[in-house]
Amino acid sequence: MKSFALARLAAALPAAGLLLLAGCATNSSQPLYYWGSYQSMLYGHFTKEQGPQEQIAALEAGLEKARAKSLPVPPGYHAHLGILYAESEQPDQMLRHFEAEKTLYPESAAYMDFLMRKAIKSD
Amino acid sequence: MHPTTAGRLRLKAGLIAAFAALLATGCATQQASYDYSAFRQSRPASILVLPPLNSSMEVEATYSMLSQVTLPLAESGYYVFPVSLVDETFQQNGLHNPGEMHGVPLAKLHEIFGADAALYIDIKQYGTSYAVLASESRVTAQARLIDLRTEQTLWQGSATASSAEGRDSGGGLIGMLITAVVNQIVESSTNRSHPIAGITSYRLLRAGTPNGILYGPRSPRYELEATPR
Repeated sequence: MKSFALARLAAALPAAGLLLLAGCATNSSQPLYYWGSYQSMLYGHFTKEQGPQEQIAALEAGLEKARAKSLPVPPGYHAHLGILYAESEQPDQMLRHFEAEKTLYPESAAYMDFLMRKAIKSD
Repeated sequence: MHPTTAGRLRLKAGLIAAFAALLATGCATQQASYDYSAFRQSRPASILVLPPLNSSMEVEATYSMLSQVTLPLAESGYYVFPVSLVDETFQQNGLHNPGEMHGVPLAKLHEIFGADAALYIDIKQYGTSYAVLASESRVTAQARLIDLRTEQTLWQGSATASSAEGRDSGGGLIGMLITAVVNQIVESSTNRSHPIAGITSYRLLRAGTPNGILYGPRSPRYELEATPR
């Protein structure tokens, strides 16, 4: 039990994350999501070390990889892409990703609608 | 009153036992089985994580932690609101620090985000103490999950992680991993506490641990957990 818990913990280490998630899949359930670089992009976003274009490139590439692995991207992934497209003045792409978040995660519907109403109003 | 050597040893043993007991009770406050009745009744599906309060001296603590909370909660079966947009929404409404954000009425949060529950994190320790031979990065955080509909506290917990764990463990898989990650960070000379915050977040917010958060609806283990431990 303890080593199992440690194996799960190890999965959180950014550098070894995916490898270990796969590793502990042998004695636990599969990861629910394809994480790719989502959390490290978030960190780069907050620290402003990574600009919107850089993040979009990484996250769009991640979408392809998730498709190849037949795993959904995690909660917030599409929404974050949406805000990045908003920052790079691509409102159509922004709306597309907010809709994608809502479709994949109906729990987000109220908030996505709130954001889209605001986006339309400020146009 | 000269205690015999044997008596002195007994005294020493007694003190050690008392100290051990103290340590054990220290742990026991966390180990005592958690009352999940409110949590089970609430059945939250979505969690709004507010930017963490930062009681440490390091300004980067809030966003270092915030960027790493989604994985443990989402893999535990919850919808986690996009942390970058949530922060942006607060900022656009004139709330620029976590203290102000934590002060927003629960009903207002529920109205805007439509979240079932909100998670309030307080970072108690975050940072690296530098020493010639062995520096240590340590991150400690507390969390409280509040139902946004009933305003009840559903769960609370705390966790800590330290870069020194790897050295102390004298090996083992986790020790090697922590050491490797820390070395990597040292080489790239970025924020050394950031990966440690990731471990703290994982310890704090993943389901399936004693007294931890329960699995959420998107997990195959949802409601398969035994009755409270």
